[in-house]
Amino acid sequence: MNFPPPEFSRPHSFPIVQDLPPRPELFMYLDVTVLAAGLFLAAWFALKKRSRFGVVAVMLGSLAYFGFWRKGCVCAIGSIQNVAQSLFDPAYALTAGAAAFFLLPLAVTLFFGRVFCAAVCPHGALQDLLLVKPLKLPAWLSRGLGFLPFAYLGAAVLSAVNGGLYLICRYDPFVGIFRMSGPVFMLVAGGAVLALATVVGRPYCRFLCPYGALLRLLQPLSWKRAQITPTDCVVCTLCRDECPFDAIRRPLPEPSAAERLRGRRRLAGALLAIPLLAVAGGFAGRAMTPLFAQTAREVQLAHIVSQAESGSARVSDPVAADAFVRSGEESKALYGRADALERRFRRGSAAFGVWFGAVGGMLLAVYSRQKFRAIFETDSCDCVSCGRCFASCPREQERIKEARKG
Amino acid sequence: MTIALQTPVTRRGFLVTAVRALVLLAGGGLLGSWALRPWRSRQRVWQLDPRKCTHCGKCATECVLKPSAVKLVHAFPICGYCKLCFGFFKAQPHALDEGAENQRCPTGAITRRLVEEPYYEYTIDEKKCIGCGQCARGCTDFGNGSMFLQVRHDVCVHCNQCSIATACPAGAFVQAPADKPYLRKSGGARA
Repeated sequence: MNFPPPEFSRPHSFPIVQDLPPRPELFMYLDVTVLAAGLFLAAWFALKKRSRFGVVAVMLGSLAYFGFWRKGCVCAIGSIQNVAQSLFDPAYALTAGAAAFFLLPLAVTLFFGRVFCAAVCPHGALQDLLLVKPLKLPAWLSRGLGFLPFAYLGAAVLSAVNGGLYLICRYDPFVGIFRMSGPVFMLVAGGAVLALATVVGRPYCRFLCPYGALLRLLQPLSWKRAQITPTDCVVCTLCRDECPFDAIRRPLPEPSAAERLRGRRRLAGALLAIPLLAVAGGFAGRAMTPLFAQTAREVQLAHIVSQAESGSARVSDPVAADAFVRSGEESKALYGRADALERRFRRGSAAFGVWFGAVGGMLLAVYSRQKFRAIFETDSCDCVSCGRCFASCPREQERIKEARKG
Repeated sequence: MTIALQTPVTRRGFLVTAVRALVLLAGGGLLGSWALRPWRSRQRVWQLDPRKCTHCGKCATECVLKPSAVKLVHAFPICGYCKLCFGFFKAQPHALDEGAENQRCPTGAITRRLVEEPYYEYTIDEKKCIGCGQCARGCTDFGNGSMFLQVRHDVCVHCNQCSIATACPAGAFVQAPADKPYLRKSGGARA
């Protein structure tokens, strides 16, 4: 202390500084309970009651609770990064809330399909409710953009396991809207995605969401899934016209022997391409190391400090350079840590490339396969169980009439 | 004797069930490893360590909230009650009074009150404080360091990753246990 405490002539009582506590831990369990209840209700309405109205009610509820009340944190999409970091960084502590938000929707998807996307995720709900005039995207475009979430997932995991930026949270378009506050780019991006969502069905879910990418991989394994028709299909195309997400597949006739052979060859070619794409991706990923490494704070800071030390006239962040000098740390130690991180990122970037190449090849194989189908069916990956197609089905209308009579 | 299965088991159906079971096992393993590991954690909150803080001003600019959830905390028991407070006054003030041109605080959030000559008490209006740390810098460089920044948990929205933490050049941000959410210098009465 530079100055001794004062010697008052009269006794003096210090003003009280309030230590306002954070939200009690109990509320974390409330969040998980609401999540579980939402998943149960969404599955009930989408699979059992076949009620779009019920699904929309759950959407509104989760939008109000997880979106505007809880302000978007913690969410299943972001929890990917917490789980990834906890797996690779022994010093990082994963909370029960993040673990539950990551695992519960995955487990439910294995039994009832993507009911989480349908109504429990506030991001999905916000976009779904704002869709007023859906445009049909050409198949090449929606399938092509469908590769993006896997790249985003890989990049986010890569950054998180190295203790870098949580890309999913930093570039989330909606969290600024839930909080009604945030950096300008976040609010502008959020507004743009919402404007797009009025004409293109759920653009974030389909073309960016990394958690949606995981669920897309898992939904084909699900035990049950929302069905278009309650009984049988009259092959009328009404449901396909109703679906704004391009998630309903038309019937395909039984292929002839020649077609079958051609299909097999195409599938074999696509399967052979998977390892090649993985290797090529690995090299491409390695070349992208600097791009990923600069998401880490210490790599950035080492760059800024070295700029300042070399006496360069243009230091990209003089405030950070000054603060580092004030912290009294040796710059050599920082450079050492940054170098070690960059080496980790080099390996990680190669792994990211292998992952994206392999998943891309797998998707190509799935797309090149032509599955024989007698009726209109929801796509096993892309359907989000939103329930729009139920009412369009003539068989459903008959069922409703029967139910009203009896 | 043969047992008739109610539904025929197709090859595809069998494979799908097997893979589903595998994925569930993997998820269960993840959950189990989390439950057994000693580093599993209770709820955590973001906080900044005032001993590492260099008062660079990024707390005011990087928080997702405007104004920031980081506010100044004043530990009165270690305050010198100086007449010339370097947290309150700019360097080389024209006069030792409350004139705006003499104050360091850009929003006038600090109140200066005479206790008895020559001791003055400085209190912070948290509603006006933007967390820029100008006063904390002055107080730490020239005074006792009784003024320091803290994340106020009644304001903080508890982002999954604090955006100030990712920008803090001093690496001062930590995830503190929720039952000990403040890292304060000595002093500061509890309420």
